[in-house]
Amino acid sequence: MDFLQAIGQYGFLQKALFTSVVVGIICGVIGSFIILRGMSLMGDAISHAVLPGVALSYAFGINFFLGAVATGVLTAIGIGYVSQNSRIKNDTAIGILFTSAFALGIILITLQKSSTDLYHILFGNVLAVRPSDMWVTVGIGVIVLVAVYAFFKELLLTSFDPTIAAAYGLRNNLIHYLLMTLLTMVTVASLQTVGIVLVVAMLITPAATAYLLTDRLSVMIFLAAGFGVISAIIGLYFSFTYNLASGATIVLVATALFLLAFLFSRKHGVVWKSIRARQKRVELSK
Amino acid sequence: MNHAVSVRELCVSYFGVEAVRDVTFDIEQGSMVGIIGPNGAGKSTMIKAMLGLIGKDRGDVLFYGKDVKEVRKQVAYVPQRSQIDWTFPITVLDTVLIGTYPSVGLFKFPKKKEKAWAMECLQEVGLADFAKRQIGELSGGQQQRVFLARALAQKPEMLLLDEPFVGIDVASEETIIRILKELQFEGKTIAVVHHDLSKANAYFDQLLLLNKELIKFGAVDEVLNREVMAKAYAHQLQFLEKVEVTA
Repeated sequence: MDFLQAIGQYGFLQKALFTSVVVGIICGVIGSFIILRGMSLMGDAISHAVLPGVALSYAFGINFFLGAVATGVLTAIGIGYVSQNSRIKNDTAIGILFTSAFALGIILITLQKSSTDLYHILFGNVLAVRPSDMWVTVGIGVIVLVAVYAFFKELLLTSFDPTIAAAYGLRNNLIHYLLMTLLTMVTVASLQTVGIVLVVAMLITPAATAYLLTDRLSVMIFLAAGFGVISAIIGLYFSFTYNLASGATIVLVATALFLLAFLFSRKHGVVWKSIRARQKRVELSK
Repeated sequence: MNHAVSVRELCVSYFGVEAVRDVTFDIEQGSMVGIIGPNGAGKSTMIKAMLGLIGKDRGDVLFYGKDVKEVRKQVAYVPQRSQIDWTFPITVLDTVLIGTYPSVGLFKFPKKKEKAWAMECLQEVGLADFAKRQIGELSGGQQQRVFLARALAQKPEMLLLDEPFVGIDVASEETIIRILKELQFEGKTIAVVHHDLSKANAYFDQLLLLNKELIKFGAVDEVLNREVMAKAYAHQLQFLEKVEVTA
């Protein structure tokens, strides 16, 4: 059956598409700041660190969102504490803490649930999105977009020049933890679309693609959101049509877009750069 | 009260290692002070502690009689150039526009008025033609002028610059000095961490010689003499031979 026809016909597919589009937007927006602050590994860490929170939420019958944000933010604080108070470097601290949280999460989930649920949390299952999940995602999307809009100046300045930010009286730490909280929320929203393991791709690949195409942060954010949406829609199409895991197809579309930018970006693309270099050499050898 | 800055018994250390010891001085409004001293003398550390960017162990710092937190808008800081990400997606004009952030305030954005003002500041440092460039595409001297323009955009009463002339071209250095002198003429107060003693005479009215402690603070010729300098540069006397000092 045709993808477009199926969208018209099936409610589950409409919900899947809508949720993926929202996830694509907010991942692109938050991801832009994540890559500019050199925190890609942190994005990976937080996405894994929500697992124990999700498991505990199931156990206590509360909304999985609350538990996930709690363990995500706790892990972020733990990473900051370990790297600031020992000679352990930041990336090592990230590696230790997120794998610990993840391991704990795996045990908690297998203790109380079947392995199918674990599989869905790890790899996503966007076609099984329930209306309540969809609204949680939309709610998170609104919060994230409003927060980024409201604190745009502060996010820009603390990412670009933390020293001047401090001289203006801005608390770099507060902005950092605000961003970590938003990152955790985005991760939770993305759980069903792409799953824990691949969230980091949705965060950094569209943002990195946009980064190759512009020299303005605001444009980069819109481009990243746009690439996130395109990846979500085309990925979902492949997932539905060929019966493939949605997270994987979405991520691979994002990768394809990145490759195009990597090769053909006007300013930073490999192809144009080598053409310009060759032209210069020819010009000089005349 | 015509002191732009009053520092009393300022002590700063990094994890127990002493960097600045018991420094006391006043800078008068409208003066242009060079902060000099050997490497590791605590010059940058002192400025950062004065601005509250790093913690101090003891002492008081007042700008215009107030805590720095109350006067941040009036005090512009130009840090050492190396500390930022040069590939950040930001244009030259938007970098200068950052200087208007403190007066624009939370939840608001710079408007036409601020953008026009940022452009004026950029013109002042002679880089209006570079407004749309990405910040990393400029030369070191041009970048330093952009950061001076950002400080100007803040409309400060006082400017603190940390090694602004390191690794930049002569033309940029001259532009920066010309602007600083104009600012002083308008009554602004300027303090510059500086290590090139040969030009200290031409650039500043007063020098503050630091080597963890305050060695001497006074008119240029009071500080630039062999006896005083020897106290700070005890191990670098041969270096002093090259410097014009009054006997």
